[in-house]
Amino acid sequence: MTEKVSEKWKSKNLVPNRERIKMPRLHMPEQAPSLRAQQFTEVNLGYSAELARQEAIRCLECAKPTCTHDCPVGVKVKDFVQLIVAGDFMAAAAKIREDNVLPAVTGRVCPQEDHCEGACLLKKKGESLGIGYLERFVADYEQQHFDITTIVKAPPTGKKVAIVGSGPSGLTAAGDLVQKGHAVHVFEALHEVGGVLVYGIPEFRLPKKIIRQQVDYMRAMGVEFETDVVVGRTVTIDELLEEEGYDAVFIGTGAGLPQFMGIPGEHLNGVYSANEFLTRINLMHAYEFPKYDEPILDFRGKDVAVIGGGNTALDAIRSALRLGARKAYVLYRRSEAEMPARAEEVKHAKEEGIEFHVLTAPIEFLSDGRGWLTAARCLKMQLGEPDASGRRRPIAVEGSEYDLPLSVAVMAIGTTANPIVQSTTPGLSTNKRGYIEADATTQKTSRKGVFAGGDIVTGGATVILAMGAGRRAAKAIDEYLTTAPVVGSSQS
Amino acid sequence: MFKIVNAEFIAPGIKRFTIEAPRIARKQRPGQFVIVRIRENGERIPLTIERSDPERGTVNIVVQSIGKTTHLLNSLETGDSIMDIVGPLGKPSEIACYGTVVTIGGGVGTAMAYPTAAAMKRAGNRVISILGGRNKDLVILEDEMRGVSDTVFVTTDDGSYADKGLVTDKLRQLIENGTRIDLVLAVGPIPMMRAVAEMTRKEQIRTMVSLNPIMIDGTGMCGGCRVLVEGKSEFACVDGPEFDAHRVDFAVLVQRNAMYRDAEKRSMDQYRQEIEAKKREASEAPTEAAMAGCALVTKR
Ligand SMILES: Cc1cc2nc3c(=O)[nH]c(=O)nc-3n(C[C@H](O)[C@H](O)[C@H](O)COP(=O)(O)OP(=O)(O)OC[C@H]3O[C@@H](n4cnc5c(N)ncnc54)[C@H](O)[C@@H]3O)c2cc1C
Ligand SMILES: Cc1cc2nc3c(=O)[nH]c(=O)nc-3n(C[C@H](O)[C@H](O)[C@H](O)COP(=O)(O)OP(=O)(O)OC[C@H]3O[C@@H](n4cnc5c(N)ncnc54)[C@H](O)[C@@H]3O)c2cc1C
Ligand code: SF4
Ligand code: SF4
Ligand code: FES
Repeated sequence: MTEKVSEKWKSKNLVPNRERIKMPRLHMPEQAPSLRAQQFTEVNLGYSAELARQEAIRCLECAKPTCTHDCPVGVKVKDFVQLIVAGDFMAAAAKIREDNVLPAVTGRVCPQEDHCEGACLLKKKGESLGIGYLERFVADYEQQHFDITTIVKAPPTGKKVAIVGSGPSGLTAAGDLVQKGHAVHVFEALHEVGGVLVYGIPEFRLPKKIIRQQVDYMRAMGVEFETDVVVGRTVTIDELLEEEGYDAVFIGTGAGLPQFMGIPGEHLNGVYSANEFLTRINLMHAYEFPKYDEPILDFRGKDVAVIGGGNTALDAIRSALRLGARKAYVLYRRSEAEMPARAEEVKHAKEEGIEFHVLTAPIEFLSDGRGWLTAARCLKMQLGEPDASGRRRPIAVEGSEYDLPLSVAVMAIGTTANPIVQSTTPGLSTNKRGYIEADATTQKTSRKGVFAGGDIVTGGATVILAMGAGRRAAKAIDEYLTTAPVVGSSQS
Repeated sequence: MFKIVNAEFIAPGIKRFTIEAPRIARKQRPGQFVIVRIRENGERIPLTIERSDPERGTVNIVVQSIGKTTHLLNSLETGDSIMDIVGPLGKPSEIACYGTVVTIGGGVGTAMAYPTAAAMKRAGNRVISILGGRNKDLVILEDEMRGVSDTVFVTTDDGSYADKGLVTDKLRQLIENGTRIDLVLAVGPIPMMRAVAEMTRKEQIRTMVSLNPIMIDGTGMCGGCRVLVEGKSEFACVDGPEFDAHRVDFAVLVQRNAMYRDAEKRSMDQYRQEIEAKKREASEAPTEAAMAGCALVTKR
């Protein structure tokens, strides 16, 4: 079969559509569950060039590609996939880059089932095209073969833009703006660049090397990065505009503050927010103690649970498993159908031996009397009428209380807006939940020359949505800088 | 990288650093702190800014050797660099003219109380300072405190200097003498702050304490620094570090600070062994840096 297909490759896909429909989706090679549950190296191993071309052949080259329509940044899937068929992987990469500057990231972490792959015509006939896998393949290929000297950049415009926060929204805006010839300076509060991509999403899903390469690439293009600057504290937005000579600012500070449930016992030792837990592991390398000074989180012989059902929850519990947890549970108050995590992560987590306790919510954490967690008192739930989010509301089942013995509990029930920038920038409008108000097409805020996007505008969302906002902001900032007379002069 | 322009021991195991950090120096207000990461694979620890010089673009920190990271930090010398310093973090102290303000510093806490005491003086308060230490050598910044206080009392646990006793004994005396006190600020070991809180609660004297929970990011992102304030979680790095002492649950603070005790001890033991091994290797006299690392250096 493989050979027959290969013979038909030329520069064009000659396999008839009726045959393409019959071809099964090619699986992504991955580490065996028993092995990967013990180490932090990436679970998915990536397509080979051969596999990628075989998978690409399945694309039906639809006249009205629904895949592109449902991708938040409109990646031209059909076109890049045909370039894979033709064997021109660098051209395929360039095609993706027209709409998406971090394909190595999105190929790995986009919830494809909700976007491109969910809309793929092939899905109606069987299994959707492996668009994420193909995107990842092309991006990795490009990173291995990239020649930095080929970068084209517009001539300098003499304008300066400050980017606050180096998550996907900030990185995207920075990449687009530097290409237009503006001087771009990124301020980051932490000691590493990348936002959630470095401190949140673990190595086994998104190797840090990929982010570093992307950032190095941007440095080569001329973007300047300054870490250890908390805008609002170390310097304010107004000082950037008025004293440091920036002509425009983009705010991409993310949805930072962890939420707790407010139930008894949350202050016990052993109860963490997912942010703290993942930051200790990813940013502070607790899994490499004592090479790194951060004390290791050693869960050997311990039972660990995460509360929540999103990507954050699964990242936390799968990390706990890799740090030796004896039992690893997900406690989620709705049913599996409502879980917001990526489908692939749920599948991977199950294969690794994570136990899912759905329709379950803790109401109290119990202690050993000396301040350490020993158990979670849980209630079983059942689903009632849909709530404001459209998901069916969980209702407690009376008399269903039980105690689940635990040494560690991780709260992954969502985040709220970090107020530092908003509270130190007069005239910047926020909504009632504290997020910054920005125009949906230009990302303009209530302050002239100040733009915002990503989770700090939408609340916790996804990498690709944050990138989309960064791109729209870059376009609007470029227009603002090249057309409108600029308020603050760029001479300082 | 942030350059250390001056480093000197001011007491055994307590070192003062002057570090180039112009952005932070420009913005610092009394009561704020920085988070420091010494080297590539280091952990992040919070340290109060003792003072800053916006003209020179420098900030001072005063560091007591406690565990591995503070020992490592205190082994650095003038001319060395620190990888990361971020700040100024936390809410500044609420400076106003209250009337009479008593500032209490226990051990290295004096360095943290100093900038606030100075600002209180500038705001027109009568400032009474009480400094305490286990012994004579551990009473720090006495001259500086005298410079910004109307009255200074010093206590040592062992009586090796000034009055034998605890800072709280002095506070009790002041209260019993009928001294009018409008605000107390206490910074130091948790048991000291807790004792002060109990004493002033009865007298209904407004009291602030600067809490020292374990921190990571210092921007409100991780929630690791949460403290229980009247049954509610607050984040010390953004809602604090100063809190109304009468509302703080000190027992929970003690409990949470003990969270990594075993790992920290292992880390310190291992570090000590490394230093010992290095010393043995260098057959001649141990280097000054290694000595400093072990906090064996006595007051210069
Ligand atoms: C554990 C976890 C797993 C996830 N998994 C997925 C996934 O699989 N797929 C997916 O699509 N999405 C996932 N998400 C969501 C996704 O990561 C976010 O939606 C996305 O990162 C938001 O990007 P952003 O640019 O808005 O902000 P962030 O990535 O949050 O970056 C904001 C940056 O700004 C910095 N900052 C904040 N305040 C300041 C300040 N005052 N001054 C300077 N810098 C500041 C922060 O330190 C941070 O580096 C996950 C999120 C988490 C937490
Ligand atoms: C706002 C604030 C201001 C501070 N100011 C000063 C100061 O000016 N001078 C000074 O000498 N010390 C100060 N501290 C305390 C200092 O941060 C700790 O002594 C230091 O973190 C200990 O690190 P270590 O590795 O040497 O010791 P470890 O062996 O790691 O820990 C010893 C003890 O220190 C505490 N600790 C450990 N890690 C942290 C951390 N990341 N954050 C906070 N506490 C921790 C814990 O209670 C622990 O049990 C301050 C703390 C806070 C929160
Ligand atoms: S960016 Fe995400 S949604 Fe868009 S095509 Fe790529 S994987 Fe699909
Ligand atoms: S919808 Fe699916 S089959 Fe159609 S062009 Fe897009 S990827 Fe190809
Ligand atoms: S140190 Fe992380 S929230 Fe305070």
